[in-house]
Amino acid sequence: MRAEETDVPRLPRGVKLKYDQVRSRHVLLAPERAFDIDETAAAVLELVDGTRTCGEIVDALAARYDEKREVIADDVRDMIGDLIARRVIER
Amino acid sequence: MSVETIHPDNRAADMPLAAPQIGLPIGILAELTHRCPLRCPYCSNPLELERREAELDTATWKRVFTEAAGLGILHVHLSGGEPTARVDLVELTAHCAAEGLYTNLITSGIGRAGVMIGPLAEAGLDHVQLSLQGASAENADRIGGYKGGHAAKLAFARQVTDLGLPLTVNAVIHRGNIHEVEDMIALAVALGARRLEVAHTQYYGWAYANRAALMPARADVDRSVALVEEARRRLEGVLVIDMVIPDYYARFPKPCSGGWGRRTLNVTPTGRVLPCHAAESIPGLEFWSVRAHALGDIWRASPAFNAFRGTDWMREPCRSCERREMDFGGCRCQAMALAGDAAATDPACSKSPFHARVEALATAEAAATAPGYVYRTIGGASALPQGGRT
Repeated sequence: MRAEETDVPRLPRGVKLKYDQVRSRHVLLAPERAFDIDETAAAVLELVDGTRTCGEIVDALAARYDEKREVIADDVRDMIGDLIARRVIER
Repeated sequence: MSVETIHPDNRAADMPLAAPQIGLPIGILAELTHRCPLRCPYCSNPLELERREAELDTATWKRVFTEAAGLGILHVHLSGGEPTARVDLVELTAHCAAEGLYTNLITSGIGRAGVMIGPLAEAGLDHVQLSLQGASAENADRIGGYKGGHAAKLAFARQVTDLGLPLTVNAVIHRGNIHEVEDMIALAVALGARRLEVAHTQYYGWAYANRAALMPARADVDRSVALVEEARRRLEGVLVIDMVIPDYYARFPKPCSGGWGRRTLNVTPTGRVLPCHAAESIPGLEFWSVRAHALGDIWRASPAFNAFRGTDWMREPCRSCERREMDFGGCRCQAMALAGDAAATDPACSKSPFHARVEALATAEAAATAPGYVYRTIGGASALPQGGRT
């Protein structure tokens, strides 16, 4: 599953992005699951707030990182789409 | 960017957070009480159930949860018995939330669950896992041994979703309800669940005692697995379905608890800390209690946790097996129950010399007329036939 640029993703109740002090890294906590989140993925998830569209998230990342917008858009839409399919993100 | 699943239990997923020997635990199953209004014949609690007077008090549980957070534990599973039988459950949940722990309520939805769920949601509860015994009220109430239970559960599920809490439905599958798998999938969707666990019975505790009444035929198992696989595709983005396979019919064993002493720990109502809920069925293991030790010391140093940690304890065929760090030799409790030796290869594995016998046993039990259930009750273990059933 791939998210659209116009989708507005959000973390529903029961899904939490947490900075784990013990492991010194981000984890995404969901029912019966935890996801090991690298820095880039954490940067995406920190922008998932239920108001920004996927397109706006891509714009924000494109302004921050030295990478083509299309490349970032592909990665972000795949990652968010994957988490939608797993019912970790809603839109 | 990478997003890797690091559990659920019983699954051979990457575990990048843990070191190979003594890593950091990720989950704790808190069996707050063994009291429960239901009498399911497959209950995972031990045959000798603990009584209320022996349960840990509120202050001790709070200390355990604080220590769990400090140890790197991410998820707390508030379980039982029926955890809402504990009047301090709201206070304990609030404490876990304040410690930054993810709280999962594992409930029957019966008894005090309905009046407690609102306050629990306010206290910061993150997720509810509700058990269903079947898809029809008549069958479900017969299996759970509690008239009116199924209707109460459906009403409870509505309360959970009305509060905006994520809901998982847990359905334990056996020969008495395997024909209802399709209906249970539809029911989970109708109830607004995000997840469904189709958990084929694992034979420990009461389920082991009732195995002949519960063992499904292989053809029915295959049909249920096919139904789940079809539903997963059809319901992508609607319902996530996790499945636990019945391992008497399997080729390879499950990586029980993700490996002994590797990811999870289990605290009994009286405070003993176990690597898995059935570990007390292995004779000779020394379990430490939270009454006497800090949780971190128990995790690292208690004899029971180190008994089968890693791969050094293994004999052949496990020791040289290419799957030894995928399934960790399977389940120690099942090796004890079926091979009479906790350090043997799990007989669910096709490499075990006991495997053919276990498969034949399952096939014969499934083909025979099902005996009546021995329902779970406190003190009810005395009604069971003496000796093993293997």
